[in-house]
Amino acid sequence: MRTVLRHSCWYLWMTLVWSVSAMAEQASIIVQSTTSTANSGLYDHLLPRFEADSGVRVNVVAVGTGQAIRNAVNGDADVLLVHAKSAEEKFVTDGYGVERFDLMYNDFVFVGPPTDPAGLSGASSATDALARIVSSGAIFASRGDDSGTHKKELSLWRLASIEPFAASGTWYLETGSGMGATLNVAVGMDAYLITDRATWLSFANKREFQILFEGDPLLLNQYGIILVNPLKHPHVKAKAGQVFVDWMIGDQGQQAIAAYRRDGKQLFFPNAR
Amino acid sequence: MQEIQHSLQLAFVMIGSFDPDLVEIVMLSLAVSLTAVVISLILGLPLGAAIAMSHFRGRGALIVLSNALMGLPPVVVGLLVYLALSRSGPLGVFNLLYTPWAMIIAQAVLVTPLVIALTREIIEQLDSEYAEYLSSLAISASGRLRTLLWDGRFNLATVSLAGFGRAIAEVGAVMVVGGNIDHLTRVMTTAIALETSKGNLELALALGVVLMLLALGVNLVIALVRPVDTARQRRPIFR
Repeated sequence: MRTVLRHSCWYLWMTLVWSVSAMAEQASIIVQSTTSTANSGLYDHLLPRFEADSGVRVNVVAVGTGQAIRNAVNGDADVLLVHAKSAEEKFVTDGYGVERFDLMYNDFVFVGPPTDPAGLSGASSATDALARIVSSGAIFASRGDDSGTHKKELSLWRLASIEPFAASGTWYLETGSGMGATLNVAVGMDAYLITDRATWLSFANKREFQILFEGDPLLLNQYGIILVNPLKHPHVKAKAGQVFVDWMIGDQGQQAIAAYRRDGKQLFFPNAR
Repeated sequence: MQEIQHSLQLAFVMIGSFDPDLVEIVMLSLAVSLTAVVISLILGLPLGAAIAMSHFRGRGALIVLSNALMGLPPVVVGLLVYLALSRSGPLGVFNLLYTPWAMIIAQAVLVTPLVIALTREIIEQLDSEYAEYLSSLAISASGRLRTLLWDGRFNLATVSLAGFGRAIAEVGAVMVVGGNIDHLTRVMTTAIALETSKGNLELALALGVVLMLLALGVNLVIALVRPVDTARQRRPIFR
């Protein structure tokens, strides 16, 4: 009995190790991506279509935009898909990316508790919404992680001429985490926050939280796609990566993006030209 | 409370239906953590035993260091292994980042100090117990090492379980070096972190229940495989 068990344990382990090596050997590209596109289920919708068309397997590493760009700078990506235009353009001008393409957009929204103590539903602009949060003494949850959403939030504070960092830890909470983790914090503390619409719509732990302000053109959320430069990192799978970029900004990819719905709502709007 | 009840139900539904994605994630978790523990044992058992049986300058410092490294934060290990395996790092040419092997390396780094420290403790105690007997036999140092390791095998089995526990439960290291890539490097803990960030708290907790059952299963198998220690009149765990 014991010998049989010992042998079967051994064989199980060998099978496991073998399957691990088999998985690692598949032809594939690595896409360093922002989290919203992964957590909203967009890739689950797009990638099977792309893989069927091209035979290229896409491995998505979903992290904040800041970390995604740093990983790509280190050469740990073939394609970068993020949402912070100026950082993306810097990535290209520094020679790490071949060319940046607009891919799709949606928008950022202010989310908060249904009681809306700061009166965001009556705000006239995104900067007015921030000013209302400050003067009401309500709590605001910031990503604080150099992500695309965090960069957008910081630019809005600058436009509103408000300096929130002195209040860090009091009414201004920097979670230093992903969008989902920050949403969980905000929901737990009745805090306001800024989130991209796709993550918000697909987030399951909303409780009674609602979108309280939206529609300011400043809240545009533009996604870009970039092939990592093989001149900088010779091991980059430039050919397969280019196939992916071309597919995404081409008719098939753009139509597939437009067709993606969650609870009947379109999450991303293609705008590659 | 209701959420916990839902999660338990969900966990058993997932297990009962043999959800293929779940099976894949469970298998990868097992393969990665078991392999990491085996590597840690291969490195840590002889090293720990050697430290126990030898006397040299700096031995005390080495013991303190290996004890301290038991508390190494997984996310720090993840970061160090990332920097080493990154394409711009010293081991970048091997192309291991974002593969299960990167996760195995990270977990082995995490578990090896634990194996060294606990093995040293166990062997040191056995060594002083058997000192007279072993020196009367006049066997070589390597023979002595093997004898002590063999005699300590029951306690060392517990060491390997402790190592497995640390490996299978950590999320910080595998998240960074594996990337939580669907169908490639997604394991139980990174899947739980992902579902939490999606706000699927019940699903996340259900995965946690599955992970605990998995650890329970591994411990059960070890308890069954573990031979009876007749010399010490120790009772088998299961009759």
